[in-house]
Amino acid sequence: MENGDLAWVLISAAMVCFMTPGLAFFYGGMDRSRNVLNMLMMNFWCLLIVPVLWVVVGYSLAQSGDGGLIGNFDNLFLNGIGIVDDNGGAIATVAFLGMFAAITPALISGAVADRMRFSAWAIFVPLWVLLVFVPVFKWVYGGWLFDRGSIDFAGGTAIHVNAGIAALAAVLVLGKRKGWPTEGHPPHSMPLVMIGTGILWFGWFGFNAGSALGANGQAAQAFMNTFLAAATGGLAWALVERIRDGKVTNLGAASGIVAGLVAITPAAGFVSGVGPLAIGALAGVACSFAVHVKNKAGYDDALDVVGVHLVGGLVGSLLVGFFANSEFFGADGFGEKALDGIFYGGSVELLVEQVIANAATIVYSGVVTFAIMVALKVTMGVRVSEEIEKTGLDLAEHAETAYHETNA
Amino acid sequence: MKMVTAVIKPFKLDDVKEALKEAGVVGITVTEAKGFGRQGGHTETYRGTEYQIEFVPKLKLEVVVDDPEVDKVVDAVVASAVTGKIGDGKVWVTDVDAIVRIRTGEQGPDAV
Repeated sequence: MENGDLAWVLISAAMVCFMTPGLAFFYGGMDRSRNVLNMLMMNFWCLLIVPVLWVVVGYSLAQSGDGGLIGNFDNLFLNGIGIVDDNGGAIATVAFLGMFAAITPALISGAVADRMRFSAWAIFVPLWVLLVFVPVFKWVYGGWLFDRGSIDFAGGTAIHVNAGIAALAAVLVLGKRKGWPTEGHPPHSMPLVMIGTGILWFGWFGFNAGSALGANGQAAQAFMNTFLAAATGGLAWALVERIRDGKVTNLGAASGIVAGLVAITPAAGFVSGVGPLAIGALAGVACSFAVHVKNKAGYDDALDVVGVHLVGGLVGSLLVGFFANSEFFGADGFGEKALDGIFYGGSVELLVEQVIANAATIVYSGVVTFAIMVALKVTMGVRVSEEIEKTGLDLAEHAETAYHETNA
Repeated sequence: MKMVTAVIKPFKLDDVKEALKEAGVVGITVTEAKGFGRQGGHTETYRGTEYQIEFVPKLKLEVVVDDPEVDKVVDAVVASAVTGKIGDGKVWVTDVDAIVRIRTGEQGPDAV
């Protein structure tokens, strides 16, 4: 890897690392004041355990070898990954991808907020990374879904759809919070939500533009797309609110920004022109309605991981089937078959492959996540007691409180 | 001796404080309070879902005064806290049996 490319990948990796604290603030502000530290710790836990797991076995199973379903053990403990021959490019890439492995389970924490035992979460995260994230990552980036011709630039399918459906499976086992949905759960700190949104947007430039794995034209276009889709996502959600509810809200703008970012993730290095504007806007509109499905369907996805990440990821990944434009980028990096989208001279083949990739991810991740949660429920229990749920997880699970009412 | 307790709109605190000073009051105690009355609460909307916020933030003021001062103090609070809109609050008066100034040990009206 050239020096310039290496520098960009390393900086991008640090930016993606920063997204997990950003996500923690985004979720933490939306959560109740008595559970905010539990939410932060669920996210930071991913930054403690996933890097270790990734280096020991995760990366090897996710990337090494030619297998269609899973990698091999050739790179256990990063065995065989030197720094001399390629100027450190391989080790930088392992670190960069490790950041993705850390934030993906963290996305699920928003769904299980307010009621999951921390010890159960602590076990869930490494199990989920090994049994769900790693295989799906392999399928999408070098495995059978890749070979069929589907494309996913920075993780729309492998990360957002994957975590989104896992969130749904997890809350189906975990159950609803006491009092939901009749009792309201408004955000306890909107300023924290907005800080988290800003950090996420900043970090997402590394997430998407870094996924070019080089300082090049594709990275520059991915950067611009990340900028634009977040803006149109936020704009679209804000306009829906203005028309539907009467007021533009901070939470609506923030949610739209994140929805736009999620949707552009699979597309960032494959679309240009009107593509990012349309993808962000369509995701903003779709997600602004999708977050209400839970009330009718009866699943308690506390902070709308399904409504934003599953739906936003699907919107982006399927729109790749329309907007992908290999001529603009050159066919390199366009997957095994370099298929174009329908709007750019392609057939429906790419769209069909995108559907297959997401359907496979939804089925596999949904089923296996459900099984992991059932196993944890049977063996150790996944829910806190009713009393702890009422008095707060911060004190009961962590012996800390976020806000001291008297001077301390 | 009497205790005058008032629940007022928070933004009226400075006006009420100045009016009480003019009325000769030398000290007040202020507590942040929440409650509801005829004003009711308000609704907030997050991701399109409306939440009913039933408890409205208010301030509670407490002043202990000697008997002859009571009417003047109550009038001062009412005149300075009124906006004419629903939710202006209440003022009430209760008897105080005993009072001691901790620093000096003075008791009764001398301690007010």
